[in-house]
Amino acid sequence: MENQMKLTPPPQSVISTAAVRLESQSVSIFYGEKEAVKNVDVSFKSNTVNALIGPSGCGKTTFLRAINRMHDLTPGARVTGKIMLDGNDLYGDGIDPVDVRRRIGMVFQKPNPFPTMSIYDNVAAGLKLAGERNKQKLDEVVERSLRGGALWDEVKDRLKAPGSSLSGGQQQRLCIARALAVDPEILLMDEPTSALDPQSTSRIEDLMETLKQQVTIVIVTHNMQQASRVSDTTSFFYVGDLVEHGVTSEMFTNPKDKRTEDYITGRFG
Amino acid sequence: MTPTIPTPPRRSFGMNSGSDNVFRNIIIGLSSLVLVATVLYGFVLIVGGLPAFQREGIGFLFGLNWDPGKGIYQALPFIAGTFFTAFGALLLAVPLSVAAALFISEYAPRWLAGPVGSAIELLAAIPSVVYGLWGIFVLIPAVRVFQVWFVSVTGVPWPPTGTGLMSAVLILAVMVIPFICAISRDVITLVPNDQREAAYALGATKWEVIRFGILPYARAGILGGVILGLGRAIGETLAVTMVIGNANVIASTPFSSTATMSSIIASNFGEANETLRPALIAIGFMLLVFSVIVNVIARIVITRLTPVGTR
Ligand SMILES: Nc1ncnc2c1ncn2[C@@H]1O[C@H](COP(=O)(O)OP(=O)(O)O)[C@@H](O)[C@H]1O
Ligand SMILES: [Mg+2]
Repeated sequence: MENQMKLTPPPQSVISTAAVRLESQSVSIFYGEKEAVKNVDVSFKSNTVNALIGPSGCGKTTFLRAINRMHDLTPGARVTGKIMLDGNDLYGDGIDPVDVRRRIGMVFQKPNPFPTMSIYDNVAAGLKLAGERNKQKLDEVVERSLRGGALWDEVKDRLKAPGSSLSGGQQQRLCIARALAVDPEILLMDEPTSALDPQSTSRIEDLMETLKQQVTIVIVTHNMQQASRVSDTTSFFYVGDLVEHGVTSEMFTNPKDKRTEDYITGRFG
Repeated sequence: MTPTIPTPPRRSFGMNSGSDNVFRNIIIGLSSLVLVATVLYGFVLIVGGLPAFQREGIGFLFGLNWDPGKGIYQALPFIAGTFFTAFGALLLAVPLSVAAALFISEYAPRWLAGPVGSAIELLAAIPSVVYGLWGIFVLIPAVRVFQVWFVSVTGVPWPPTGTGLMSAVLILAVMVIPFICAISRDVITLVPNDQREAAYALGATKWEVIRFGILPYARAGILGGVILGLGRAIGETLAVTMVIGNANVIASTPFSSTATMSSIIASNFGEANETLRPALIAIGFMLLVFSVIVNVIARIVITRLTPVGTR
C-alpha cells in the first residue's frame, strides 16, 4: 500500500478517488468570529492511518471534532464546507448527528471510561444505546472489542470490575474497545497517548496497525516520531491552514513547504 | 442535626513550623469540643427522658397510646408521623428537584440558568416560619379546595379542614426541594465534560447522555443532597406544626390530622407537666438517634456510590 501511494505525486490527490473514505471540501471552522480552521481540503483512504500534526493551537483538534460533528455541542462553533463519508455529506440536510457519531468513533486525549460502570458495561454502552439487549450478542461484541483493543487478556477475569480501576493505559485501550464496539467506519483519536507512559503508548501504537484492517483512523499527535511510526499519510496544520498533506514517509524525508520542514526538524512547535 | 456529606480525604499537613503546631492544636481542641458537646447532648437527653423510658419500657417505641390525661406516653404515632411526612416529602421532592437541576444545568440557556439557580438558592434560605405562614395562607386553603372537590367526587364525607398529613407532606416537599435541587445542580455541573463527550461520541442523544454519562457520575452527590433534605424533613418543626393538625394518633387517611416527633415537642413543651416533660425529652433523644442513623447510612451509601478513582 505504501508503495502504491508513493507513486501518486501531488499531496492533495495522493489517494485515488475510488478508495476515498473520508473527504473534507473547503472546510472552515469558526468559534464565534474566530476562524480556527481555514478552508481545508483533504481526503483519507480506506484502511489507512492518517496523522494530523502541527504546533499547539493550530486547529488539529478543531478539525478532528468537525468530522464526527462534536462542534454541534459547542455553542458558537460553526462548520462550513462539506465533510463526505463515502460520498455523503455529513453536514447535509436531514443527517442526524447522532447517526454520524455512531459511524465515526472517537477516542479522547484523556482516557474517559464511565467510572461507575464495569469494564463490560463500558464496552457494551454504545450497543445498549443502540438498543441491543441480547445478552449473547453483547457478550460476543464485548469480547471481540476488548480483543480489538488488545485488552481482553488482561481483563477477561474481571469484566465486572469498574472501568476506572484499570491503569491509565488500560483505560485508554478500554476507551478504544468501547469505540470499536459499535463497529465504526472511522476512528478519530485526539492525542490518545499524550497522557500515557511510553510502554502504554507503544502498545497503542502497535494496536493501530491491526485496527486499520477494520477502520480508517485519523489521529492527532504532536509527537513526530509517533506520526512517522504509525501513519500512512500526514497532514501538517499551521495556524488553521492545512499546509501540507502527503504520504508520511515522503513528507518526513522530503517536505515541500518550508514551514513543514521547520516543524518536523524541530525548529518550532 | 443536619447530616453532612463526607468530603474527600485531604492530605495531612506537614508539621514543620511552630505556628503550624499551635494552629493544629487549636483545631484539634475545637474539634474535640464539638465531639464532647454532641455526646453531652445525647447524655442530657437520655437522662432527662429516662423516667419516660422506664415507665413505658419498649412500649415507648411501639405503643400507640399517647394520653397525657391518663399519664400514658407511647410515641409510635409521632415516630410514624415523622416517617410518613419525611418520606412522603422526599417522594415528591426528589424527582422534581433532580429534574429541575438537570434543566438548569443541561438544558436552560445561560441567561435563564443563572437567575433560576439563584432563585432556588434563595428559597433554601427562607426561614421556616415563613414557609409555615405560606402554608396557612396559601397551602391550607388550596388543600381545602381539593378536599371539597374530593368529597364531591367520591362521596366520602370529610371535613375540609385543610390541615393534616397531606399538608405537612406538601409543605416539607416545598421546603426540601431547594436543598436537593441546589446540591444536585452543583454536582451535575461538576461532572467532567469528558463524560458527556464520551457518551455523545458513542451516538447518545441528549437524554441518553444524561442517563449514561451524567446521572451515574453524579448519583453519590445527588444522594448526599437527598439525605440533607431528609435531615431537614425529619427535623423541621415550625412549619409542620402549623399545618399538620397536631393530633396524637397515626394518620389513617392522607387528610387526617397527626403529629411528628418534632411537632409534638414544639406544641407541648411549653405547658408540659412533670410526667409529660420526660416523655418529650425522650422523643428528642429518639430524634437525635434517628438523625445519627440517617447520617451513618448516608456516609456508607455515598462512599459506595462514588465512582472509583474520583473519590
Ligand atoms: N471551544 C473553543 N472556543 C473558542 N476557541 C477555541 C475553542 N476550542 C479551541 N479554540 C481555539 O481554536 C484554535 C485551535 O485550537 P485546537 O483545535 O484545540 O488546537 P490544537 O488541537 O491543534 O492544539 C486555538 O486558537 C484555540 O484557542
Ligand atoms: Mg488539541
